[in-house]
Amino acid sequence: MAEFSLPANSKVRKDGRVFKAAAGAKNVRVFKIYRFDPDSTENPRLDSYEVDMDACGPMILDALIKIKNEVDSTLSFRRSCREGICGSCAMNIDGKNGLACISACADVKHDIKIYPLPHMPVIKDLVPDLTNFYAQYASIKPWLQTRTPAPPDGERLQSKEDQEKVDRPSACILCACCSTSCPSYWWNSDRYLGPAALLAAYRWIVDSRDEAAGERLDYLEDPFRLYRCHTIMNCTEACPKDLNPAKAIGEIKQMMAHRRY
Amino acid sequence: MSLRSPLGRVLGMGSAKDGTGHWWAQRVSAVALIPLTLWFFFSLLSLPALDYVTVRTWLSFPLSGFLAVLLVAVLTYHSYLGTTVVVEDYMHSAGAKLLSLLSLRFLYVLVGGASIFAILRVAFGS
Repeated sequence: MAEFSLPANSKVRKDGRVFKAAAGAKNVRVFKIYRFDPDSTENPRLDSYEVDMDACGPMILDALIKIKNEVDSTLSFRRSCREGICGSCAMNIDGKNGLACISACADVKHDIKIYPLPHMPVIKDLVPDLTNFYAQYASIKPWLQTRTPAPPDGERLQSKEDQEKVDRPSACILCACCSTSCPSYWWNSDRYLGPAALLAAYRWIVDSRDEAAGERLDYLEDPFRLYRCHTIMNCTEACPKDLNPAKAIGEIKQMMAHRRY
Repeated sequence: MSLRSPLGRVLGMGSAKDGTGHWWAQRVSAVALIPLTLWFFFSLLSLPALDYVTVRTWLSFPLSGFLAVLLVAVLTYHSYLGTTVVVEDYMHSAGAKLLSLLSLRFLYVLVGGASIFAILRVAFGS
């Protein structure tokens, strides 16, 4: 059966450690952060960190970096570009998947709860194991496939209108916010490809230069790979780049019907 | 622990080359249910009374009886398609899944068949 509650050894203890802010701090906010140490046999717990916001940058990632640098160096999380283009710092902030670097602390009104991306194996703290997610991306062959040889004297041309069809979908940064917000992906990520991989597939299917749309659709035509999407739309809601995986999946389904009927 | 590559696991047994028929059938039956359901409720509401004799007379009209059978058939089919997806979504052990899918199939044929039989019996009077 699907898992509706966490297994006993994954239940989050609420009695985590509390790190007080320095005395005299005026603008204090509490960050409650999921902690899991793979080297211990203990259950995950929620640690509380009081952060003086007068001495901290405005974004969630600023606070995480401050905590790691100044308060608790054992806290693990991924980050790189700090400007919403690398997708490393995807996590669940205040119940919503998003990028820590472009999420403002001020947008959360109460204590700021931070968890790793939902329903993924946790490596440590806020670092999820994305191996399956990346393999699913690789499985859709995210590269140009053609039979016509490239022109000898230049690149493969594409009209402006055709470029616009792939312009938005190619802005995906593979942060996994969408796929890990999808209940269907939670229950069936072993067989359902998830919104991110399907959006990537769509990006190549509609590319006017690509000549493998048929094979790509063949690969997706499966009750689980594609049709586990039940149009829940969490993916579109979660996307920090304002992309629309739900619409792309809908269009793939239409193409499936179109080539059959 | 499996030493199989992550990509190997994702590729698995390949595409079932199926699912589009199911998806299309679910949408077609949903569209068909809109007029059928509207007709059903408006007809019932426009009856002078809801006692057995009145409804029986109503069902014995060819169009009413036929549309009632059609409504039950499409409703059963649509509901079967939907609950099958629910089982596929949530049941993960192969045995329980097979058993549920089989029972669902039998149950829907049973319920749909019995309902249609009941309507015909009332419509043709016996």
